[in-house]
Amino acid sequence: MADIHALPQSTLGLPDRPKLAAIPFRGGGFTVRSHKGAGIIGFVVILGLWEISVRAGWISPVLLPAASDVLLALWNLAASGELWRHLQASLARFAMGWSLGTAAGVLVGFCIGVWSLARGIGLPLVSALFPVPKIALLPLFILWLGIGEASKVATLALGCFFTTVIATFSAIDAVPRNLIRMGQSFNMPPHAVLTKVVLPGALPGILACFRITTSICLIILVSAEMIGAEYGIGSLIILTGNLMQTDQLLAGVVVLSILGLCIGYTLTRLERWLLRWR
Amino acid sequence: MELVVDRICHRFGGLTVLEDISFTVAEGEILAVIGPSGCGKSTLLSILGGILEPESGKVYTNGAPPAASLNPLTYIFQDFSLLPWRTVEANVMLPLEHHALSASDKRARVDDVLARTGLSDFKTAFPKQLSGGMRQRVGIARALAVNPAILLMDEPLSALDAQTRELLMEDFLDLWLRERMGAVYVTHNLSEALYLADRVCVLSRRPGRIREMVSIDIPQPQRKEPWAQTRLAELQDAMWKLIKGEAQEAEREMSHG
Repeated sequence: MADIHALPQSTLGLPDRPKLAAIPFRGGGFTVRSHKGAGIIGFVVILGLWEISVRAGWISPVLLPAASDVLLALWNLAASGELWRHLQASLARFAMGWSLGTAAGVLVGFCIGVWSLARGIGLPLVSALFPVPKIALLPLFILWLGIGEASKVATLALGCFFTTVIATFSAIDAVPRNLIRMGQSFNMPPHAVLTKVVLPGALPGILACFRITTSICLIILVSAEMIGAEYGIGSLIILTGNLMQTDQLLAGVVVLSILGLCIGYTLTRLERWLLRWR
Repeated sequence: MELVVDRICHRFGGLTVLEDISFTVAEGEILAVIGPSGCGKSTLLSILGGILEPESGKVYTNGAPPAASLNPLTYIFQDFSLLPWRTVEANVMLPLEHHALSASDKRARVDDVLARTGLSDFKTAFPKQLSGGMRQRVGIARALAVNPAILLMDEPLSALDAQTRELLMEDFLDLWLRERMGAVYVTHNLSEALYLADRVCVLSRRPGRIREMVSIDIPQPQRKEPWAQTRLAELQDAMWKLIKGEAQEAEREMSHG
């Protein structure tokens, strides 16, 4: 043991062993390495190709305006104040519809999650209605609630309601039973078990479903606005499309992309803060 | 306070897991329950603390718990059962929150048990930041915070590595020698049982019945002495003979789900 560092070279006898073969390294590859800046380069290349092919006349600018024209259109829309009117209308609908649907969905999902009778009644209903594309109900809501905001908000709310219900009760089902038993073993009253064990335990699942419901809502929002709205990003897109103003149309698409990114970023921050214990 | 177990039987579906279990845990006594896996040890412990209702038979307490006891029968779990979203001190605070104590009293209790379990420096850590041994210390601190009369311990060391197990076992012993709480200590580890227990209850494999009650008449602090080791080795040998055949059987059995 004491001589382990002082092992003389000759005992290894590397040179005088002719049958010695080095073990080849075979463990490389299959690892994810970070390539900083690669994303930006990809972006720039695609935009550049786009710009060049339009400017060179390979693509008709009516069908696909140059990237710079789209940016210019976006700038003009913003400068004239029109963009904000559309954006405001869309954001208001989105906020109202998503909040209503999410609030109701979490509430109902919670009931289904913790109460067997509610599960018995609710689960078949949810299963039956969940697969219906909610935009198909917009005409019905227009008949019931008029062509105004209420019918669009109701469609949005319904669009995220069922997904939220399913995600919430699944998240509650996934809360480890042993944590609930632990609470009971300390004589915690039922409401304390619900608020201190079940709800925080289900929170990661509920937050994960926000990502899905916000993107569902965005799809329904644009579709509903295309069907009938004076203002809104969806109506901007359909309107400019009808007039073949493709630069403004694409400007609307860019706004939607930015909107989606902002929502995703907000949710990431929210998760990081609420789930900092993970 | 004594714990009196009277003719407990329990079945899961058609499978009888516990049959006619009766014993008494005296005040301050440490009773180890050992047996091969699947003999219903954990089921028995759940029944003792009122977490599971037995099919027949009853569990009683005899005598009043200490006046300061908020939860006379308190579990320490194999998987620690800590709330991952609560810090160490908030986890220890959890069982106090619904009691009518003043905020400063609760604080003082938490600080006291954290000091006794060597966790004072880890108050604001989340469970995921701690090693298994430290997590179980939080479990112990949480149990101590409610001043239990009898601890119900469900294989509290089996999720830990061998070294941590040794360390925590010594901590348990120190704790008991100081506080003189009673305990039911479920384990499948014979040496743990022989190191800690006043009495060992050997269960048979399914259906779990009491095969043997073995009293260990060596005071715990002397069990590391050479003369005691010889005696304990004999006891361990005898107990291993009792359960060996069944452990073999249990090991060969396929899961019934």
